[in-house]
Amino acid sequence: MTSSKYPVLAAAVTAALALGACGSSGGGDSAAAEDVPGVTDTTVTVGTHQPLTGPAASGYSSISPATKAYFDYVNDNGGVHGRTIEYSVKDDGYNPANTQSVVRELVLQDEVFAILGGLGTPPHSSVLDFLNDNEVPDLFVASGSPTWNQPEEYPYTYGFMQDYDTESKVLATYVQEEFPDATYCLFGQDDDFGADFKTGLEAALGSDGLASSQVYSTANTDVAAQISAMQAAGCEVNFLASINGFSAQAIGTAAKLGYFPKWAASSAGGDYNTLSSYLGENTDKLLEGFISANYLPAYSDEADEWTAKFKEINEEYNPGAPFDGNTIFGMSLGYLFVEALHEAGEDPTRESLLEALESGSVKGNGHVPLGFSADSHAGYTGGMITLVSGGVQSYTGTPYAVDGDSVSAYTEERAAMPENGIPQ
Amino acid sequence: MNPLKSLLLAAGAAAALISLTFGLEAFVSYQLATVCAYLCAVAGLTVLTGSGGQLSLGQAALMACGAYSYALCANALAEAGIEGPVLLLAPLAAAVLGAALLGLVIGCAAGRLHGPYLAGFTLALVVAIPAVTSTFSGLLGGDQGLWITVEKRPAALRGAVSNEQWQSWPAILCAVAVMVVLNNLLRGRFGRQLRAVRDNDAAASLSGVNVARTKIISFTVSAAAAGVGGGLLAYITQSASPGAYSLVLSLYLLMAAVIGGIGSLTGAVWGALIMVFLPHSINSLTADLPVSADMAQRLDGNLAIAVFGTILILVILLAPRGIQGLLSAAARKFRVTAPTAVPAPSTPPLQPQPQLSTTKGQP
Repeated sequence: MTSSKYPVLAAAVTAALALGACGSSGGGDSAAAEDVPGVTDTTVTVGTHQPLTGPAASGYSSISPATKAYFDYVNDNGGVHGRTIEYSVKDDGYNPANTQSVVRELVLQDEVFAILGGLGTPPHSSVLDFLNDNEVPDLFVASGSPTWNQPEEYPYTYGFMQDYDTESKVLATYVQEEFPDATYCLFGQDDDFGADFKTGLEAALGSDGLASSQVYSTANTDVAAQISAMQAAGCEVNFLASINGFSAQAIGTAAKLGYFPKWAASSAGGDYNTLSSYLGENTDKLLEGFISANYLPAYSDEADEWTAKFKEINEEYNPGAPFDGNTIFGMSLGYLFVEALHEAGEDPTRESLLEALESGSVKGNGHVPLGFSADSHAGYTGGMITLVSGGVQSYTGTPYAVDGDSVSAYTEERAAMPENGIPQ
Repeated sequence: MNPLKSLLLAAGAAAALISLTFGLEAFVSYQLATVCAYLCAVAGLTVLTGSGGQLSLGQAALMACGAYSYALCANALAEAGIEGPVLLLAPLAAAVLGAALLGLVIGCAAGRLHGPYLAGFTLALVVAIPAVTSTFSGLLGGDQGLWITVEKRPAALRGAVSNEQWQSWPAILCAVAVMVVLNNLLRGRFGRQLRAVRDNDAAASLSGVNVARTKIISFTVSAAAAGVGGGLLAYITQSASPGAYSLVLSLYLLMAAVIGGIGSLTGAVWGALIMVFLPHSINSLTADLPVSADMAQRLDGNLAIAVFGTILILVILLAPRGIQGLLSAAARKFRVTAPTAVPAPSTPPLQPQPQLSTTKGQP
């Protein structure tokens, strides 16, 4: 009775293949002069995967528009060596299964020159092998995992953020200086983020330095059990290895329990504006004295030449979007890529791009140095403490540089901003 | 049609698809492999819901079970230094077994439930996945999931065949095998019993059909098919994570089965194709739309979901038997107007098509 099914099935399959073939013939035909993927005489195409929808979207979806705004600004000012930068942003909803698909699309079909600022540890881990197998530069991963710094195993991948280990040591050093006798605890994400942070904290505070260490899963937004446990353990300074939504959840839940400890958060979950969008009208009271660490220009520091420039670009090329830590992050990432592309020479290739990074001549715009060299692909190698005071998050003290287990003050001046904020 | 003929046809279809991958870009091969993985799960759902009348929202959970079984087995083998075909076949077998076992356990409980109660029960399963993976995060890798060592293409094929193309071959073979097995099952005694139970379990029981056993077997078979799908997805994407097997995937699988035509296995093919190619083409389209950056950002990702929903509503209103129903209606019309085309006896008798009625029966 199914004699008619197989021919129909065959027809279905054939139709699908034809459909797929048609759908894919559109892009990726612009072969470069010297056959460098993604590079033509007038353009350089790069791609990224970002959580534009889904659970992580509310905290991070404003990053890629900021990067795009900076590229648009550079393009309007002549581009890099006469080439404009085309930035292809794909939504992966922070879901590794989608990341797999969109990154393959970018690399195999759209033939991008490089992947730039792929966001999130779980999503990006899932394409790490694929990108390195295909020898695609995988630059400035937007996650603090130390995974990206493995030049031997993943020669095409470079970090950007201070890694969680570095960050936790910076925070621990500051907290020990300020609150030497307090009880320290950790509220961390149930993955490498939380685990790396804990390792770093224990290296700095001693193996029994944490009185209580609680974990949460991103699948469960109720953290009352963990926060109560911290309150019961008498925690006075709580480190947060959490993404923005859960930092807010932890602080809000503690306040509901009448528990007001000091909070010291990773920069991944310590952006004041993002937190205030979760916490609402009580933000000022709840976040007063909130400690975090960063390495990029502060969005609140109008006197900083980078901040002023980025704000100007944001108003012109990203109209209507708020100016916050995510904007600075997105634009700084864009700047670092433009700097690397500029250093890669008149006719950039994937090899010359990586050589430029390994040479150490790419400086970025952070308060601490980048770790790029032939045997390190670590991003920013230190951090600077930020404090919230009167509803403004700003830097305090001097930056710390982290080298292995030693944390020291970093005194060198940051490289000056090139004219117009574009590498010359 | 005798079994030999159907096997030959299936082998022909597999060979045709594999040879077609030589003409495809690597990315389309990857999409084709994804279609094959989803096809297994949708076909399993077609058997369970279409022929068996049991509405399950837990198909993604069974796929996840397949994917995690694949991951654990593959990683254990890789650690033991085993390579070659075993590193592909043994994990796939583990995926089928793992999912079938879970399906059997669920089936024993689910066999007692009808309609909305069964849907609710299976819904709980899929919602529980992230909790399970984070509770056993040492074994299952928490939210981040597991990273899988997979068998790459043989060194001899490097240069000639892309990794994506190579990966699509096992996917095609598995999908064809699943379709053949399910098709044979549905055409045999089990299929008749299943339909009898769906239409009226009291009547089926009076005719000597063991209702509970039939339901449990259908759940197990459907789970095994989902396990193949999950195992393939784990193989293709080299990872198994809770985020990949969300409630949304379960709903998508059910939508794919309904849009394709829930009564027939061929409908599952349409459904799986739509699941992969519709969001992709809509997202490509959105990227080219001349809208403001702000608008494009809003549309990106969301438009595909909206279009999928609209199509589902239209299909239910206008073509309740899905795409396959429309096609067979068109084919019948063609045969009536052109009577010489096909001899009448081979025309299949019209199968009663199930409606997605969830009100039938008591808990």
